[in-house]
Amino acid sequence: MAVDADTVRRIGRLARIRVEESEVAGYQSELNAILGFVEQLDEVDVSGVEPMTSVTPMALRQREDKVTAGGHAERIVSNAPLSEDNFFMVPKVVE
Amino acid sequence: MTDLTKLSLAATRDGLSNRDFSALEVTEAYLGAIEKANPKLNAFIEVTAQQAREMAEQSDHRLNSRDARPLEGVPLGIKDLFATKHVHTQAASHVLDDFKPEYESHVTQNLWNDGAVMLGKLNMDEFAMGSSNETSHYGPVVNPWRAAGSNQDLVPGGSSGGSAAAVSAWLCAGATATDTGGSIRQPAAFTGTVGIKPTYGRCSRWGIVAFASSLDQAGPIARTVEDAAIMLTSMAGFDPMDSTSAEIAVPDFAAAVERGVKGLTIGVPREYRMDGMPEEIETLWQQGLEWLKAEGATVKDISLPHTKYALPAYYIVAPAEASSNLARYDGVKYGLRVSGKDITDMYELTRAKGFGREVKRRVMIGTYVLSAGYYDAYYVRAQKVRTLIKRDFERAFADGVDAILTPATPSAAFGIADQDMNADPVKMYLNDVFTVTVNMAGLPGIAVPAGKDHRGLPLGLQLIGKPFDEETLFAAGRVIERSAGGEFSPEKWW
Repeated sequence: MAVDADTVRRIGRLARIRVEESEVAGYQSELNAILGFVEQLDEVDVSGVEPMTSVTPMALRQREDKVTAGGHAERIVSNAPLSEDNFFMVPKVVE
Repeated sequence: MTDLTKLSLAATRDGLSNRDFSALEVTEAYLGAIEKANPKLNAFIEVTAQQAREMAEQSDHRLNSRDARPLEGVPLGIKDLFATKHVHTQAASHVLDDFKPEYESHVTQNLWNDGAVMLGKLNMDEFAMGSSNETSHYGPVVNPWRAAGSNQDLVPGGSSGGSAAAVSAWLCAGATATDTGGSIRQPAAFTGTVGIKPTYGRCSRWGIVAFASSLDQAGPIARTVEDAAIMLTSMAGFDPMDSTSAEIAVPDFAAAVERGVKGLTIGVPREYRMDGMPEEIETLWQQGLEWLKAEGATVKDISLPHTKYALPAYYIVAPAEASSNLARYDGVKYGLRVSGKDITDMYELTRAKGFGREVKRRVMIGTYVLSAGYYDAYYVRAQKVRTLIKRDFERAFADGVDAILTPATPSAAFGIADQDMNADPVKMYLNDVFTVTVNMAGLPGIAVPAGKDHRGLPLGLQLIGKPFDEETLFAAGRVIERSAGGEFSPEKWW
């Protein structure tokens, strides 16, 4: 399975990374090199094998359903490039 | 007067507790060493001198009032991947420009609770993606080691290249590091230092910038096996804030260091004998087995048949998890923002500018293998192969193997801006061929300096252990360290 130029542009959109036209060919050859490398997994017989979901045998812990943190909005937005009244500011998304 | 920066972490601790010198003196010695060396080595990207002096003064109070904690007054370097409250934490990425967390990672908090002193933040590959520390936004780290008769700059390995270089060049008594595919063990091998990736779940991931969450683990890089054991004892421990943190007691790892290997069975996996592997690596491996045998261990040939599939499976699983983890860097909550004509434009431009080439490549691969129509063929298949890799190890351990000895890396350190590695991403990835299996199976692995190549550069051996049996790795690692007996300190040129 090799990717073509259109696929590179589509992956860029899905990943929300701007891919300039001048970069498409470079990405295409690098991604295909990596996909070519991982292709050897097709040799492995995985019939009847469960995909790994947890590397150590553990059940996810549960905790009491109660608020344990909060009430510090100013600290949460303290690193924001743009904020106002403890809200994150973004370009207008609704007309 | 002795150079305080040349002492091991254990000797530093003893000297401090005997009051042979003060914590402030040790800290000043390291700050001086960093100031001289860093323009050449680029290991630190932020030096927290004032904070270090304040922490050292508090340690001196404790030491004077006989109230010392396990790492009281010991100066450490912290990989930039660990959140340190109000201090530079950027995973060496442009996208996290000026980010200063409001909280402290669990692992670093454990170290400060035990009295350690923070010298600053260490350089690394961007988001821990790399094997040469060349993908950092802050430029490459230079390995303190040089080949005999050469002044070529070499890489320290990666992604914990700053950690390994700083420990090797006497710029800190020990350093925190992280390992997703070999990022502790490969740089340790390249710099003649000791690095251990503990069992998945041993150290909390809370407050560590996430790369591939099912593989990431923190661990120490130190100058000796004992130093690594002391550090890991402080770093490890259960944390309810990490849902994969293991609720299991942390032993005093240092107590296991001199336990020896008498009666242990050491496995030798035939699949680690790779085509084209330099003969000196093979010779070193045999030498390591002889050392362990001489101390009473039994050596047993074993087979880990899915070894060759670990690296390709890793290059599906790790980028897939990374593409998801790195979705949060969008120019809204923290770090860099590049304005665009609308919000999508802003996301795309921010991420294009903020991420370096290797990070973008991996996010794109991860996005592709998780995209509609490809998920089963790539991601699910890779997770099935991962089950098989883990099963290989389980069989070996069930057959009576206590630990497995392998080379740590397929070569010694290579040059900065290596043409072959830069031209082909897969060539760079092959650096992790011996270490990545361990992450895929969640096992502990330690790299210990064991010899040098024909150019005088350090080479390491790796020991792989059973889940939560780091103690055997420290014991066997100590036998390798003691038997190798060599001097694993670079000749100072900086």
